Amino acid sequence: MPTLSTFDVVALRREFPILQQQVNGKPLAFLDSAASSQKPRQVIDCLEDYYRRYNANVHRGVYKLSEEATFAFERARGKIARFIGAYSKREVVFTRNTTEAINLVAYAWGGANVGPGDRILLTLMEHHSNIVPWQMLAQRTGAKLDYIGLDGDGRLNLDELDTKLTEGVKLLAVTHQSNVLGTVNPVAMLAERAHAVGAKILVDGAQSVPHMPVDVRALGCDFMAFSGHKMCGPTGIGALWARRSLLESMPPFLGGGSMIEVVDLDSSTYAEVPARFEAGTPAIGEAIALGEACDFLANVGMEAIHQHEQALLGYALDRLASVEGLAILGPQDTKDRGGAISFTLDGVHPHDVAAILDGEGVAVRAGHHCTQPLHRYYDVPSSTRASFYIYNVAEEIDRLAVGLEKARKLFN
Amino acid sequence: MDDMYREQILEHSKYPHNFGTLDAPSVSHEEHNPLCGDRVRMDIQIADGVITDVRFSGKGCAISQASASLLTDELIGMPVEQAKVYSKDDLLELIGIPLGKNPVRLKCALLSLKALKVGLYGVGHIHDDDDD
Repeated sequence: MPTLSTFDVVALRREFPILQQQVNGKPLAFLDSAASSQKPRQVIDCLEDYYRRYNANVHRGVYKLSEEATFAFERARGKIARFIGAYSKREVVFTRNTTEAINLVAYAWGGANVGPGDRILLTLMEHHSNIVPWQMLAQRTGAKLDYIGLDGDGRLNLDELDTKLTEGVKLLAVTHQSNVLGTVNPVAMLAERAHAVGAKILVDGAQSVPHMPVDVRALGCDFMAFSGHKMCGPTGIGALWARRSLLESMPPFLGGGSMIEVVDLDSSTYAEVPARFEAGTPAIGEAIALGEACDFLANVGMEAIHQHEQALLGYALDRLASVEGLAILGPQDTKDRGGAISFTLDGVHPHDVAAILDGEGVAVRAGHHCTQPLHRYYDVPSSTRASFYIYNVAEEIDRLAVGLEKARKLFN
Repeated sequence: MDDMYREQILEHSKYPHNFGTLDAPSVSHEEHNPLCGDRVRMDIQIADGVITDVRFSGKGCAISQASASLLTDELIGMPVEQAKVYSKDDLLELIGIPLGKNPVRLKCALLSLKALKVGLYGVGHIHDDDDD
């Protein structure tokens, strides 16, 4: 088994209690982190500590527990802001997940800035969460949707920018890294091109923020959405980052407690950002634990994590190339590509592939991975996806390949 | 897992019985599984209250294809009233593999039955008891 990493992966794996188990009599090889990552002890302990020791609502109580909860909650916001290079923690809005963050922008910013005939530019490789909210906005406002297509390698066809990213486009919404193809898109360049025609750019960072160093200032984007549970944090917590001036120009999304200044019988004034966008009691313990997850990842080092995954990816691309009848969707080399590999296997349906691999203790995903338009473009109803993270090792990729050979033999 | 891919399932998925379409079916209905994009269409010929012929078409995993294949064998010659009350337990017994409580694989196994039921009862009149 080749050595792939600058950090001690074997020692790091021990920090993840869930990875210590057997599935169907075999050690668990978890290759579905693009869907949701596993959690280190440090994050699980942090979440438990909140519920055991200082659980109380934030921003209201004058008693000790509430003070402590508020302090930890706001400190977590600061950790997340630093993790993505934000100017200020006031630019970070807590949401449930990436999906809610994008919906927030579609309602609050879209409702105020998008009108009949305006265009919203998406790409063919977007997750449904970065398509459907814009379809709904278009239906409400009379705006039009357009899509940047792909080239033969599974990358954006950038030639289309000249004709599609033009005056009249209000927003370019693009994924930083495709959850299916692994393709990493040139966000900094796209941000420049978008701004040149007066458009804003929203980046779906669900697959990038957990896996590579991300600096929202260096990227020059306007909005960045991401989820905690894909980056060693809990479910139910995610974030929207936006430039402060943009956030301040936006009307609220959901109404309720916490997001107000003064409430009269007929109308209300709204709180400063980011509180304006955080109606109701938030996922307090989960937010604090997400801050802890940022500490955990930063301690390993995002560049080191990225290098580790690149090495796994290179190994996996080589290893899978030897499996007869296997076709990878998307880029075939590691350049500008992350650690998610979706593929089809001749004569074996993805559900059957995943079930056979499960029998070997290898957890992969089968289906359309919330990207029906992309799968339609590739003319396949579904695919199987293996995705890697901080805790995966080359041996697990060997087991994946062996399981795939077994599936092929069974069906051919 | 090895129990799931028994010989009978593999045979029916590789060489499905009654695969194809009918020219002028009495009833035709297609069902989709939004989880995986699979689809199964059932074409049914009925004469004097009896199912005289059935064809299924579509794409799916081995479980859904084998299940549809086995179901069509069972249906040919069956009175429509009996087909209407053919239950998911009947079909699961026919398939005879341990799907357990995995709701994803149950959806695969029962997709053809859903197409049959919705087709026979007419859309909007199906009592959907498949969604556990």
